[in-house]
Amino acid sequence: MADPRTNIRPKAVDWRLWRQVFASRSLAIGLVLTLIFAGAALISLVWAPYDITQMNIANKIKPPSGAHWLGTDHFGRDILSMIMVGARTSIAVAIVAVGIGMAAGVPLGLWAAARKGSLLDEVIMRANDLVFAFPSLLIAIMITATFGPSAINAIIAIGIFNIPVFARITRSGALTLWQRDFILAARVAGKGSARISVEHILPNVTNLLIVQGTIQFSLGILAEAGLSYVGLGAQPPTPSWGRMLADSQTMISFAPHMALFPGMAILLTVLGLNLMGDGLRDLFDPKLRRGRT
Amino acid sequence: MNLLRIAGLNLDIHGTPILRDVSLSVDPGQIVGVIGESGSGKSMTAFAVMQLLPNGSAATGRVTLSGHEMLELPERALCKLRGNEVGMVFQEPMTALNPIRSIGQQVAETILIHEDVPKSEAMARAREALNRVELPEDRFPLTRYPHELSGGQRQRVVIAMAIALRPKLLIADEPTTALDVTTQAQILALLTRLVREDGMGMLMITHDLAVVSGMADEIVIMQNGRVVESGPAATLFETMQHPYSKALLAASGHVPDRVDRDGGAPLLEVRGVVRDYRLPRKTLFGAPVVIHAVKGVSFTLERGESLGLVGESGCGKSTLTRAILGLEEVQEGSIRLDGEPVFTGHTANRAVRRRMQVVFQDPYGSFNPRHRVSRLVTEPFHLLDTPPTGAEREAAIDEALISVGLTPADKEKYIHEFSGGQRQRIAIARALIIKPDLIILDEAVSALDVQVRAQILDLLADLSARFGLTYLFISHDLSVVRSITDRVLVMKSGEIVEEGPTERVFDAPRHAYTQELIAAAPKLPEGVA
Repeated sequence: MADPRTNIRPKAVDWRLWRQVFASRSLAIGLVLTLIFAGAALISLVWAPYDITQMNIANKIKPPSGAHWLGTDHFGRDILSMIMVGARTSIAVAIVAVGIGMAAGVPLGLWAAARKGSLLDEVIMRANDLVFAFPSLLIAIMITATFGPSAINAIIAIGIFNIPVFARITRSGALTLWQRDFILAARVAGKGSARISVEHILPNVTNLLIVQGTIQFSLGILAEAGLSYVGLGAQPPTPSWGRMLADSQTMISFAPHMALFPGMAILLTVLGLNLMGDGLRDLFDPKLRRGRT
Repeated sequence: MNLLRIAGLNLDIHGTPILRDVSLSVDPGQIVGVIGESGSGKSMTAFAVMQLLPNGSAATGRVTLSGHEMLELPERALCKLRGNEVGMVFQEPMTALNPIRSIGQQVAETILIHEDVPKSEAMARAREALNRVELPEDRFPLTRYPHELSGGQRQRVVIAMAIALRPKLLIADEPTTALDVTTQAQILALLTRLVREDGMGMLMITHDLAVVSGMADEIVIMQNGRVVESGPAATLFETMQHPYSKALLAASGHVPDRVDRDGGAPLLEVRGVVRDYRLPRKTLFGAPVVIHAVKGVSFTLERGESLGLVGESGCGKSTLTRAILGLEEVQEGSIRLDGEPVFTGHTANRAVRRRMQVVFQDPYGSFNPRHRVSRLVTEPFHLLDTPPTGAEREAAIDEALISVGLTPADKEKYIHEFSGGQRQRIAIARALIIKPDLIILDEAVSALDVQVRAQILDLLADLSARFGLTYLFISHDLSVVRSITDRVLVMKSGEIVEEGPTERVFDAPRHAYTQELIAAAPKLPEGVA
């Protein structure tokens, strides 16, 4: 059992942790959904049922069948294969976007917390407020429209809006830690605030960051789908769930399967990631955990 | 007839035995003190009376409260009894009140839950309850919020909530542990007065023998979920038989063996230290409020001496500690260790800082939970220019752990694997590892049980003799300061009001504040300890 006062568990492999993972239904469902889509993306790197760059006009807009489990689109491409390859795009965009957010946001948050109340703290946090104040998708559309539609620009646009999220959560977690005696002990040992932030604060806010990271990951996938839907995300022939939806729009009355399956893919991935984030938060928070057992 | 009667109570939580065959009784107007160390089951006994047990609990036996069989009643009936028949006062007044509701609303809420009365009447009765706990209307209107009150005043609000419905039984779980000694004396007097006036029964749970010996009629001593001894408070101390009770009593009055040493050369010199804090402005153009935390403090600490610094919360002792440790710069005055200033310019002097270390109060908060003990205790090596490496480093860790009574094998463990007393030993090992001259003990034993506290005090006395350490012992607990220091300083509102040899200050205090402190400290009856 982790120490309830410190909210931390030992590093050693703890099988009870895994039992708790599967005791929490939302965490287990979230983990399974996430693993299915991550698995599909990985498999598509080496194998997909059909080549998605190959058109097959004779077979276009076929409903699901034995040969094409999820049917074909208006160019006769296999929808299952496109969803698998599209998962790759979505996940890649989301990973890099969350990475940008963490890489810039976490140091900013740590820095602001270490200089709490100073001008620097104010400047960092007000700049974050400024970024927060803009509707993120709208600005992302503006950025991609200005610099040209591409997956890279979409990643950067989504990543920028992740920075204040991580900066805030890191700062708030760090501020309570700075009050603790072990930080005072480190200061007595002559350690500077940068060193304390890295050695003592960062390891103790990682669970906050993991939870927030999962949720931002799902938001990243949604944002990428949104940008692709309006044609500002990944460009053809790279398949993308958002563009698959956009392509199917005019044919929805006679080929609903073309919209249904990419839509389901987005829905289930985002749902899975959110359930996983929720479950992880419960797992890391000893107060909630004790409430359940 | 007994008001509360517990007979043969057994309690298991998830199959782990917590209480075994606990029996005790409380009569109307009687105060029963339940004493035990953490984990003895004293709080669980109280929760069993309220039937506020954690999930997975299985209780057998009988708990009869004014005719109700508490173990057999359904939850709805229990809700009616809680608050109405039994009131409860908790240990931590800071967390027992809802910070966003006024004190009037919170006291009135207890009344509104149990009685169908108009809100205005509930507020009037809340006023009456607050008056009874000595929070008069002119200074404490119902619209005050908890954050506007001091710790002692908050505890009074908690008591007002507990007695608002005039319950027959009041359960107080360590009601004064978080409070200063003079506040503690006032709260204990208040509780005693309320019990006598209303003819309530009171179950007083504490780890401090001295607290109950002055007020309780009956005393029950618990260990490992069993009652080991009980009897009338007036005679129990003379008649007690059980070895645990005797050990507990011995530990409360424990005085470690110390080698008396003549003061050597001055080690720490504090001269005219002033530290002010600026609070944020209240209005846009108003002048900022300045708090004078330390106002011109001077003292000298001699090598090999053990000096006590006594004062209540807010007296400036923590600020002074931080200034001595070089964590905060002072505005005026100087702090010198062996002639070297702690601050040169605006930076703390490393050469001086490596010669002093600190042990904090909270054994749970003073370690990074993600590091192993070997890394935790070597943190002060950061102060050395050439920290030891390899085998030398391992040897230093082993030596530090052995000298505080732990084993070298403990260095591979994480901090959550240790008890509070062991953690405090690790904190001392961390302070010892760079062989400092001065160790500042900031309430270092205040959070520990009496028996563990006695062991740690013995360890400190032993280390001082072996390594020639100098201690600055900061505490609000007078009995601890008395047992381990040669000389004592009494601090109030940022100034030192009295200074002198420990025995002289305790036997013949000169300043009115010192006299008040010593009179307020709970004492065991004469001649038993």
